[in-house]
Amino acid sequence: MSEFLEFENVSKSFGAIRAVDGVSFSVKRGEFFSLLGPSGCGKTTLLRIVAGFEQPDAGRVRLDGQDLTDLPPHQRPVNTVFQSYALFPHLSVRENIAFGLRVAGRPRREIREEVDKMLRLIRMEDQAHKKPAQISGGQKQRVAVARALINRPRVLLLDEPLAALDLKLRQHMLLELDLIHDEVGITFLYVTHDQTEAMSVSDRIAVMNGGRVEQIGTPTEVYEAPRSSFVAAFIGDTNFFDGVVTALEDHDYCRLSIQGLPDVLCYNDKQNQPGDPVHLIVRPEKFRISPEPPPADPRRNTLEGVVEDVIYMGNHTRYWVRLDGHRLAVFQQHRRFMLDEKPIRWNDRVWLSWDANDGYMLERYNVSDERLVQRPPDVLTTTKST
Amino acid sequence: MKTSRVPAMTMWLTLVFFYLPIAVLVLDSFNASRFAGTWGGFSFRWYARLWREQEIWHALRNSMLVGVAATVVSTVLGTSAAFALHRYRTRLQAAHYALIYTPLVVPEILMGMSLLILFVSLRVQLGLFTVFLAHVTFCLSYVTMVVLARLQDFDYSIIEAAMDLGADWRQALWRVLIPLLAPGIMAGALLAFTLSIDDFVTTFFVAGAGATTLPIRVYSMIKHGATPLINALSTLLLALTFLVVWTAQRLIRDNSGRAVPGGGERR
Ligand SMILES: Nc1ncnc2c1ncn2[C@@H]1O[C@H](COP(=O)(O)OP(=O)(O)OP(=O)(O)O)[C@@H](O)[C@H]1O
Ligand SMILES: [Mg+2]
Repeated sequence: MSEFLEFENVSKSFGAIRAVDGVSFSVKRGEFFSLLGPSGCGKTTLLRIVAGFEQPDAGRVRLDGQDLTDLPPHQRPVNTVFQSYALFPHLSVRENIAFGLRVAGRPRREIREEVDKMLRLIRMEDQAHKKPAQISGGQKQRVAVARALINRPRVLLLDEPLAALDLKLRQHMLLELDLIHDEVGITFLYVTHDQTEAMSVSDRIAVMNGGRVEQIGTPTEVYEAPRSSFVAAFIGDTNFFDGVVTALEDHDYCRLSIQGLPDVLCYNDKQNQPGDPVHLIVRPEKFRISPEPPPADPRRNTLEGVVEDVIYMGNHTRYWVRLDGHRLAVFQQHRRFMLDEKPIRWNDRVWLSWDANDGYMLERYNVSDERLVQRPPDVLTTTKST
Repeated sequence: MKTSRVPAMTMWLTLVFFYLPIAVLVLDSFNASRFAGTWGGFSFRWYARLWREQEIWHALRNSMLVGVAATVVSTVLGTSAAFALHRYRTRLQAAHYALIYTPLVVPEILMGMSLLILFVSLRVQLGLFTVFLAHVTFCLSYVTMVVLARLQDFDYSIIEAAMDLGADWRQALWRVLIPLLAPGIMAGALLAFTLSIDDFVTTFFVAGAGATTLPIRVYSMIKHGATPLINALSTLLLALTFLVVWTAQRLIRDNSGRAVPGGGERR
């Protein structure tokens, strides 16, 4: 597919802060592309560079081959949905939506028809005369989208458009945005710090950290195969292990020695050699937890530990299991009627097992990223031995 | 239900304190007697006399000329200054703010004298033009402060939104910024006009022989003891002021869906 919106080595500093640091990637035509990252990682800055509100210190931004970098905002074929909506308070809903066509000097009749179309798209035909102060947050958000779409931008930029809404409305509006995206077929560049938001609607996600892009991929790729400890910890829950390769097995597998644990088998897609240090992650839902030792299986790793905390969540239960020097998060889906099962309780001895294919080895690891993992308050003293 | 009478009492006392002198003045302007204190019957006598008083009308014309000109110029300059102060928080703008703020606290007599010295040393002919310049200097500060207050809760992303939708800076200015700031600009302009119309001290210093404004004229009339005429004039001015303020507030409310200057957003 064609490269549509291209970033080439884009950098932007504010004083000593490198808000965007040598970013290169491209977005495909018609894609719903998300920029995901924690607060202050440079998402907004990158979006504002596309809109033309910030001038990059270095690098180029191209759209369909055309260099945008030096164009002023009003000459760029992109439109923005602002986080605070930035609706014009002195204009009605209809006039707000019409603004783009009005400044372009389009004929009145055409403006009316186009605005009517937009009002239908956002299902607000009966609110057209109201001022922004008189409509709800969700409606403001829809007006902001309609106002930005009426110019038929080649890319729609959305900066945390749902951040000001409550959870229920957020989920609803997200679906609505997704429908609008399908209907208008315009490329969406969507900024958010909420991973569930990004995961649920994006075609691809760029995970950002400290002004850099850590990884780009489909939601499944960034979740299942995170390249760095940051991506692993920022998106979903995870368990980290650091170990050393001791032996290769069956070409595709390797055996790891991890401190405090019996040796572990792992799929070796990185072609690691004996002696190489590796950082392994196992997502909590990949474990199977049982009160008895599981049947022996050469492809499965088995660990024995003690339950430290149990949180019943209805459709699944979260356990914290302590092993020698490790504290593991485990999710167990309930496929059976739970009252018939013998429950696993605090201080029970349990066995955890996971398939050798379900662990994943990181390319980059940074100890400080472990802080991003949500953990319950520590009951005992240490979380991890050094 | 028993409610406290204190608030009502305070309100009435305040109103009396403020408006009793004005009420007396208005009443006296219809007094046929030349002496305040003795009621000589209702009459439009002083209004008729006022009508024939050429010098007063000349002074009023001067005041209006200076007032309108000073208002227009100081409103444009003050609004730009406020915008610069709000948008760019550099060290230069901090100095700018201090310089704009100072005239508000400097004694007027000092302003008047320094302006006079300046005009004389530059050999500028004293007259309406120098009065106009002097009025711009102090009106400017007030306009800036009023518009700046309005800008404090102004969301700049609205301007960015306008640009984003294809407006160049001129369209953003006329379609978004000015309509949104209108209440503040109007309030600033009104304030500037009132300040200019009734300024005495500064004007007294920089007005030449032919440039008598209304306050100066009134002052010299009082010296010659023509109070009933002044009562009539003041009553007219009072009525005019109420009319202007009332219309301005109506305009502001209708245009922007917002309440009077300084008020919050209407929900
Ligand atoms: N105009 C500015 N002046 C100075 N520093 C800025 C400016 N804009 C952004 N920054 C800094 O640049 C960094 C990146 O900011 P940016 O707004 O892009 O983050 P973000 O990823 O959008 O965060 P959030 O999720 O909180 O919106 C931050 O450290 C921020 O403080
Ligand atoms: Mg942001």
